[in-house]
Amino acid sequence: MSGLNNELKIAKTIKLFIGGEFPRTESGRSVPVYLAKSKKIYANLCKASRKDLRNAVTAAQEAQKGWASRSAYNRTQILYRMAEMTEGKREEFIEVLTNTLGYTKIAANKAVDEAVDAFVYYAGFADKYQQMVGAVNPVSGPHHNFTSSEPVGIVALVCNSKFNLGNMVAQIAAIIASGNSVVTIMADEGAATLAPLSEVLATSDLPKGVVNLLTGDLAELHSHLGTHMEINSLSYQGTNKKVLGELKEMAAGNMKRVIPLIAQKDMLSLDHLINYVEFKTVWHPIGN
Amino acid sequence: MNFEYAPSIESIDIVKIDPKNKLFIDGKFVEPTSKKFFATINPATGEPLAQIADANAKDVDLAVKAARKAFPKWAKLSGKERGRYLFRIARIIQERARELAVLETLDNGKPIKESRDVDVPLVAAHFFYYAGWADKLEYAIPGKDTKPLGVVGQIIPWNFPLLMAAWKIAPALACGNTVVIKPAETTSLSILLLAQIFQEAGLPEGVVNIVTGAGETGAAIVNHPDINKIAFTGSTEVARIIQKAVAHTDKKLTLELGGKSANIVYEDAAIEQAVEGVINGIYFNQGHVCCAGSRLLLEESIAEMFVDKLKNRMEKLRVGNPLDKNTDIGAINSAAEHAKIMKLVESGISEGGEYFEPSFAIPSKGYFHKPCFFNKVSSAFSLSRVEVFGPVLAISTFRTTAEAIMKANDTQYGLAAGVWSEKGSKVHKTAAALKAGIIWANTYNKFDPSSPFGGFNESGFGREGGRHGLFPYLSIK
Repeated sequence: MSGLNNELKIAKTIKLFIGGEFPRTESGRSVPVYLAKSKKIYANLCKASRKDLRNAVTAAQEAQKGWASRSAYNRTQILYRMAEMTEGKREEFIEVLTNTLGYTKIAANKAVDEAVDAFVYYAGFADKYQQMVGAVNPVSGPHHNFTSSEPVGIVALVCNSKFNLGNMVAQIAAIIASGNSVVTIMADEGAATLAPLSEVLATSDLPKGVVNLLTGDLAELHSHLGTHMEINSLSYQGTNKKVLGELKEMAAGNMKRVIPLIAQKDMLSLDHLINYVEFKTVWHPIGN
Repeated sequence: MNFEYAPSIESIDIVKIDPKNKLFIDGKFVEPTSKKFFATINPATGEPLAQIADANAKDVDLAVKAARKAFPKWAKLSGKERGRYLFRIARIIQERARELAVLETLDNGKPIKESRDVDVPLVAAHFFYYAGWADKLEYAIPGKDTKPLGVVGQIIPWNFPLLMAAWKIAPALACGNTVVIKPAETTSLSILLLAQIFQEAGLPEGVVNIVTGAGETGAAIVNHPDINKIAFTGSTEVARIIQKAVAHTDKKLTLELGGKSANIVYEDAAIEQAVEGVINGIYFNQGHVCCAGSRLLLEESIAEMFVDKLKNRMEKLRVGNPLDKNTDIGAINSAAEHAKIMKLVESGISEGGEYFEPSFAIPSKGYFHKPCFFNKVSSAFSLSRVEVFGPVLAISTFRTTAEAIMKANDTQYGLAAGVWSEKGSKVHKTAAALKAGIIWANTYNKFDPSSPFGGFNESGFGREGGRHGLFPYLSIK
């Protein structure tokens, strides 16, 4: 920047990502993120409130039907574009990872590689998993009977407190590949990656509201997640057994499907993806 | 009032055709050993477009050697890495879509609106679809570990040059095989542009090799001892030669051949939609479609009314310059093909078939043929049995569902069939009884990379598209 010294570099304000837009938390609260191993503030993130969560669910709802009605091929291309955009923002991801988490450059590059891989993997799955879990069933009697899969609807994703970029991306991609929309509660650790990630999502032709990213205090938000009647599935990727138990109890209110921790070895797999689909079986007579 | 369409000609400036087109072997464009070239013609004008290299057995051998050399490294790449190349290729195809479409129309004769809106988008989609399978082959056959076959030899026809190339190359590469492929001699230009796209995508040398030429080049591929599998799309006659040629070898074989597909229209069909579907079924792509609905079986009670509607619709089809965006039916691909169709039509007329063609004029230059039909013909009528591969429909009637099914199945072919009825149960019963690999119910000529395509009986064996499209390119470990 000409003339002025580095002390006056303009810092990015990291807001929430809801409905394809970047609103601040309506509560006006913030949580500082520090430079790794330092007391210097890197940025102030939003501390999302119950109202932000509700807004995010509303945005997710509005987007979901349209997203699910896109062709699988279209979803494939949009997920692939997310890989393209992530690759293009490699340096920005590295900047956040090295500055806020103390990653080495090698580790940061590896994390970006894993994110790109996850987007590409699920891009390639969006138009295939149907052929692996769908079926024409050989029922007795003159009926054509087939089972197909549908997205479950609105998924709330609670990220693991131990940050892993590739895993978070895989979880988001696995959810939306089949046509679901998602409200993501990011962990505190690595929360500053909301900035480049939301920008990837905003520039990938993804319909607004399909993916929503929130930063905030899970302890404060988890009961609202658990009891929200418009959330169809709750993916708790944390390791706290007590919290999982409480969420499962609350889920009974509207029979939310609760998806517990997905093992690292299953992060890129068919079984991961089909956690977020429902199976529909149709009968039709065969005859005159 | 006369409703005329103003010409809307697509510019050809976007295409740069090399006057001399070489072979694509080991990642480079190389001269043919014999130094011989042959002309490729624009069938809409009859004028030559360019010269194409004539590959002989020596060139084929070089291509197979290049494919064999490239195979171990290609097969050892992770599926993820192979997929990356295929995704890249798909994206570049999308970027250069117009260039590919115009070139396809110039060399093949098909209307620009088809090459632009149907062929090229499907080509990109095929590469995109199979790119995503490359790292998911553990799901191809549940519970089984698979491996590629090795070097595959592929021979494709002239009716959908780029699309046939995509149908062959994409699954072969996704599964870890390397390829030697021969396009039809009348349509070599678009696959050579695809080769440039392979280069642009950084596809490793030797993974795809293109040898242009005619029957002898194809025979050299079929007979080459170091090829593990042959995939052929073309006529049943040539396929018989190939099948015999590989009989005493270990070569695997898949064939996608001709058809004499029946379009069955029941009296309770949505009539207007059925008319459109029948027209599309036989006149789309000038009738050069293996799965064309070239027989129309009409329920007797609606036959007269339906045929009147067909005539009416045919009068409004636009036959002409393939580069005009208004054109429905373009040029027949070659002089030879044109002569063959005319001969078959003449024989049909002399056999006593009730012939109809629309009254409008068609261009006198180039190879054009009117869409036409023979009405009230029997199953014994020659054009009810012989594949014309042109815009010629044979129409007959039936009274019962059982009769419709019997007549539809009365063919040595079995590629496709259409069923038109608003009653779901009747559609399912009919579909279940038809001996055809693709059944289009209340639609026709729908293609998708995820949808398996292939025939029963003498329409060939093996499937292209979908998970089933992987099977011909894998073996169980």
